[in-house]
Amino acid sequence: MWEQIRSNQMRSVVLVIAMGLVLLGLGYALGFYFFDTGIGGIAVALAVWLIMNLVTFFQGDNILLALHKARKIGPDDHPRLYNVVEEMKIASGLEKMPGVYIIDDQAMNAFAIGRNKDKAAVAVTAGLLAKLNRDELQGVIAHEMAHIKNRDVLLMTVCSVMLGTIVILSWYASRMMIFGGAGGRRGSGGGVGAQAIILIIALLLVILAPIFAQLIYFAVSRKREYLADASGAAYTRYPEGLASALEKISGSTEPLKSANQATAPMYIMNPFRKKSKPASNLTSTHPPVSERVRILRSMGGATFADYNAAYSKVHRGGGSVIPPSAMGAVPEGGTRTAQSKPKKPPRVEDTSSEIKRARETSDALWKLNNYKTINCKCGARLKTPPDFKGNRVKCPHCGNTNILP
Amino acid sequence: MDLLWLWILLAVLVVLIFLVVSMYNRLVRLRNEVKNAWAQIDVQLKRRYDLIPNLIETVKGYMKHERETLEAVTKARAAAQSMTNAGAESRAKAEGELSSALTRLLAVSEAYPDLKANQNFLALQEELTSTENKISFSRQFYNDSVLRYNNKTQVFPSNIIASMFGFKYGEYFEVKVATEREAPKVSFS
Repeated sequence: MWEQIRSNQMRSVVLVIAMGLVLLGLGYALGFYFFDTGIGGIAVALAVWLIMNLVTFFQGDNILLALHKARKIGPDDHPRLYNVVEEMKIASGLEKMPGVYIIDDQAMNAFAIGRNKDKAAVAVTAGLLAKLNRDELQGVIAHEMAHIKNRDVLLMTVCSVMLGTIVILSWYASRMMIFGGAGGRRGSGGGVGAQAIILIIALLLVILAPIFAQLIYFAVSRKREYLADASGAAYTRYPEGLASALEKISGSTEPLKSANQATAPMYIMNPFRKKSKPASNLTSTHPPVSERVRILRSMGGATFADYNAAYSKVHRGGGSVIPPSAMGAVPEGGTRTAQSKPKKPPRVEDTSSEIKRARETSDALWKLNNYKTINCKCGARLKTPPDFKGNRVKCPHCGNTNILP
Repeated sequence: MDLLWLWILLAVLVVLIFLVVSMYNRLVRLRNEVKNAWAQIDVQLKRRYDLIPNLIETVKGYMKHERETLEAVTKARAAAQSMTNAGAESRAKAEGELSSALTRLLAVSEAYPDLKANQNFLALQEELTSTENKISFSRQFYNDSVLRYNNKTQVFPSNIIASMFGFKYGEYFEVKVATEREAPKVSFS
């Protein structure tokens, strides 16, 4: 139905296959090292992978919700959130309303789960709800809805299971190599030289495989983040909402409790980010926020083509994130205007509070000198000297007579 | 030799049939998507009809001096509701007018602090804002679906299948009322 999803899935599938090849290569090398046949190693690797898959399948996505003690809400519990989710469900053309969850945590974050579109859910922290306005919330939900619509959760689950298998295999293999002396179990495989070469190759693979796999995993994750940002902008037709939400979220430093590394790609923003993180690197699950914001802000319209143009502008003419076949997927380019009213310009608030502070200081000074202050009905403030006789004073502004306390 | 030709002919035929069937199915799927998207708009428009009497009832007591604005909304609602069976174009026009009448009402209500403190009104306002959003998002999705469907019915080679089986073009749901495009002007004098 959506061309860009299909062709993006192609790219992601290539990466998944690459990861699978790493897994098979690792299995082959280990098999050769331990059992003298590569096939045996591959069989073991596949068996471990299958078991991991079964475990994840039966654990289900709900583990993430349970981990955060997320609370399911209905339309009456939090009308705004529920409505915004429903709006984005409509905009994305999703058939079924996803579950809506709130996490009681002051950190600002959100994630989507659901390996198939019928059992999807979005979860939002209380901190996020409190600090974002309607447009920003809409941007965040649109981003999450895009993850559901693009089937990113399924992809990331498949990837993370494979990554887990590779990590586990190489961990055990390295222990066995160091302590088990398993090489001795090998039959007469050839000369000493050949044995040494196999040993080195196997050792290298054991060390490098998890690193490779992790890099691939992060690459997939970053690609999907860009795509979700682009789709989010297309759903809301208002890239600024997501941009300013991302800024606010990255500005808050409160860590999300009970997030863990493997699930990090599911969140709208990496829950483990540090404030002084370098702009971009290979080992992050999300593209740098400043860059995501800059791309969103330099979009001319709301289509994928606009996002792509903005992306290459930010990267100074380098590369593209949206495949060419997807370009026509979102017609009718224009963005819309903000719905939430912009807040008052902060300068006005600043000056008024400054005047207030100055007045309080001068009042305190008057009080120190035993002057009495009376507030007249007309708003004027009368000050009487300490040697003032009588208990009535006439206001010079309105002529009203005030009684001294 | 003859047998080989027969086989080749058969293979070509099978491939052709497969292509025709898949193109036909794709067209049907797109047409259904358009229909479904249209139904979505309908649901939201109905929801808006239901919300308006409630809103008027809540607002009436506070806005004694805005009789005209209130009447405009009621009238636009009745007009839109009578158009439910009309085509996309005339319906879009009526709904567009209702939208602009409602926007005006919500803008005017900003001038009534008592009203804005009313819990009932605040809840209604959220519902109405959201319904307006849902209408425009479902319209957006509908138009996207129509574009995809129309593209498929017009490009080669699926246009052959489309004309063979009588797939008609979809109609866009566009807002033709000028007032909805521009922000309402309200004076608080």
